[in-house]
Amino acid sequence: MTALLEISGLDVYYGDFQALFGVGLRVAQGQALALVGANGAGKTTLLRTIAGAISPARGTIRYDGEDITTAAAHRRIRRGIALVPEGRRLFPSLTVEENILVGAAAAASAAWPLERIYEIFPLIARRRRHRASQLSGGEQQAVAIGRALAAAPSLLLLDEISLGLAPKVVGELYRTLSSLRESGATLVIVEQDLRRALSACDTVVCLLEGRVALAAAASVGRDEVVAAYFGNGQEKPA
Amino acid sequence: MTWVNAVIQGVLQGGIYALIACGLSLAFGVMRVVNLAHGDLAVCGAYLALVLSTGLGVPVWYVLPLVLPAAFVVGMGLQVLLLRRALRGGEFATVLVTFGLSVMIENLLLVGATANDRVFNTGAIGVASLHIGSQITLPWLFVAAFLTACGVLSGLQLVLSRTSWGRKVRAIADDIDTARLVGVRVGPLFATVAGIAVATAALAGVFIGAIGNFNPLTGTTMLIFAFEAVVIGGLGSLWGTLVGGIALGVTQVVVGEINQAYAVLAVHLLFLLVLAIRPAGLFPSGQQARVAQVLG
Repeated sequence: MTALLEISGLDVYYGDFQALFGVGLRVAQGQALALVGANGAGKTTLLRTIAGAISPARGTIRYDGEDITTAAAHRRIRRGIALVPEGRRLFPSLTVEENILVGAAAAASAAWPLERIYEIFPLIARRRRHRASQLSGGEQQAVAIGRALAAAPSLLLLDEISLGLAPKVVGELYRTLSSLRESGATLVIVEQDLRRALSACDTVVCLLEGRVALAAAASVGRDEVVAAYFGNGQEKPA
Repeated sequence: MTWVNAVIQGVLQGGIYALIACGLSLAFGVMRVVNLAHGDLAVCGAYLALVLSTGLGVPVWYVLPLVLPAAFVVGMGLQVLLLRRALRGGEFATVLVTFGLSVMIENLLLVGATANDRVFNTGAIGVASLHIGSQITLPWLFVAAFLTACGVLSGLQLVLSRTSWGRKVRAIADDIDTARLVGVRVGPLFATVAGIAVATAALAGVFIGAIGNFNPLTGTTMLIFAFEAVVIGGLGSLWGTLVGGIALGVTQVVVGEINQAYAVLAVHLLFLLVLAIRPAGLFPSGQQARVAQVLG
């Protein structure tokens, strides 16, 4: 399969602290990749680097055959990469609709119409005039995904979308992601819940202290992923 | 009736303070830039208007279509050439840079235009008044300044709330990092906001020069009143800025009615009182309210 996203030898620093060490991965068109690892493994850093929020010191990021390593965030969005950031990060003083429209404004050509997003998330359609700060956690997460979808992305990066949400709400969000995949979207999902990540994705990449500890098909044995996840650490995945 | 007149005069005076303060409020609310050169930029606008008005031999109002676009371009230039770099050093760096700019502008004006007070040719409106009954007299210039302030603030509010540009500006004010991540191009938006801020400062400078007189050091006084209006109203809140300006104006004129010597002191005391009771101002923007809550 053709690689939509191809990363190789990525080194990322925060000042003197090195967060990623020669990270490489490959996501094929229409595939879903689960990015797992303990807290501080570098998952969010990797997603933010792909989205253009952080510049890598070394390595390359190729998207749809084009080198986008030094491209600004807005150019990456226009190319079709959208990020749903950890913690939702909505604009609290803007309404639901305004949050989505800010996302749509960055689209290269045809942004998703609001009605299409409301169709996917009927929950937020009813609250379109409410400020984002007035929504529940699940509603906020739906708006965050809707804001990213408004830019009509080909590659959707999702950072810990289940964090702090009730299992029922998480189940609904994952059903939505599954239908997005059916319509051809490519996903990179950062998820702490290992079972959910493995069942929702085709491939899995496990990061350990900024390095790729495992890259395999999601059908790989859970024990193997757990071993890569642990390394010599103390934290146990869900 | 004297008191009613004093309150009305104070409200009108407050409009001028709000006009000078709204650019300051916008720049802080969106870019987190505390522009200490704001008053001096207003005075630069007044001097440019004076040069053009004298050169063309027309009342100062006729040269506004030249002064305001020029001020807008200067604001954009300042952002691109100076403030953008300063912002990389953090919010405190912009305070230092704009303080330096303020000192530089004042001294250049002193060298180029001397310390003499200047007055505008304001035409017929400069001496006309509106009389309501026998005791209420409203100078048209003050009425015009107040209406202009309301118009500018309403226009800005409308643009911020109804346009795609305004949505992006508010998104930046809420969370600049996320705004970048969802594709908002911060640089051009900052430049436009800085342009608007300096253009409104120049407009205020022309009104202040038209109502009284001005010299190269007038900007510092303007800046203090503008700051107080912004802080009383709530940082980053445009309507709050108008209320803050009116509170200052009414206090100044009403106390001046009792004893002129205490008028300015009363204004500063009001500012300190509001700061002590409501540190986030009377109408804080969401972010300021949250900060005030955290600080207790």
